[in-house]
Amino acid sequence: MAINWFKYSSPASFYSLAGKMIPFFTVIAIILLAAGLYVGFFVAPTDFQQGEAYRIIFIHVPAAWMSMFLYVVMAFWAGIGLAFNTRLSAMFASAIAPTGAMFTFIALWTGSLWGKPMWGTWWVWDARLTSELILLFLYIGFMSLQAAIDDPRRADKAGAIIALVGVVNIPIIYFSVQWWNTLHQGASVSVNQAPSMATTMLAGMLIMVFASWMYSIAVILKRTRIIILERESHTAWVAGLQKKGTVS
Amino acid sequence: MNWSNISEFFSMGGYGLYVWGSYGVTLICIVGEILLIKNRHRTLEKQYGLTHDINKKETTHETTS
Repeated sequence: MAINWFKYSSPASFYSLAGKMIPFFTVIAIILLAAGLYVGFFVAPTDFQQGEAYRIIFIHVPAAWMSMFLYVVMAFWAGIGLAFNTRLSAMFASAIAPTGAMFTFIALWTGSLWGKPMWGTWWVWDARLTSELILLFLYIGFMSLQAAIDDPRRADKAGAIIALVGVVNIPIIYFSVQWWNTLHQGASVSVNQAPSMATTMLAGMLIMVFASWMYSIAVILKRTRIIILERESHTAWVAGLQKKGTVS
Repeated sequence: MNWSNISEFFSMGGYGLYVWGSYGVTLICIVGEILLIKNRHRTLEKQYGLTHDINKKETTHETTS
């Protein structure tokens, strides 16, 4: 039985697949969020240096990781859409951008509120902070460029260019703390050495990372379905859906 | 259990403004994003509703059908 890899690259079949997956990811996101917040506030101890302010880490780090990860995924699908001229890939890239921009804003906002008590300033032109701010502008640039072009297919191509050019910013953000002498602290969690964090703090943070991942999948799939309906409204299968009144 | 009472929890060791300022804005962003998607979905249905009615009106008044 040959697997038809391209079955779900058609908007119609992806639409129903995504519809089935959204509730699953939503429920997991809610459970992990509750668990992460519980561990973060009631299990993880007070930090000897930062007191309670460090608890911002449970949203700052997940948001920052998601902002970088979602941009790479967006650039990947935008690239695939550009290379293979596949509509659904470009739709998926457009669906990712708002969620990525939101996480970037949250990372900047929570970082700033963490920096004020700990560094004594809301903002500093530090390599890590500045490259993350550039990431926010890239997301906004991607979304506004696509909104400025009427024909969706041309908007996809233009968006793909800005997404692919902007990918270079992601390693810059990640390695900024090593390349430059930044105020922002270095990586306490990395793949090649043991994390330098208390286990319960690390556990709370990682649970929140997975919760934000599940949340992103659910929200992005939902937005993809809406984009599919918006763009495929001329097709028979969407008209069929609409007659049945199940445009959900 | 880190907190002995509610007010201690909200004061967050004196950093309440920063911690709850972060969590509060994050909550607003998340809820906002979900509402935006629901709103985009509702305008889509309204659009369909319109095109559906237009189609229906056209067909009902056609003399040839």
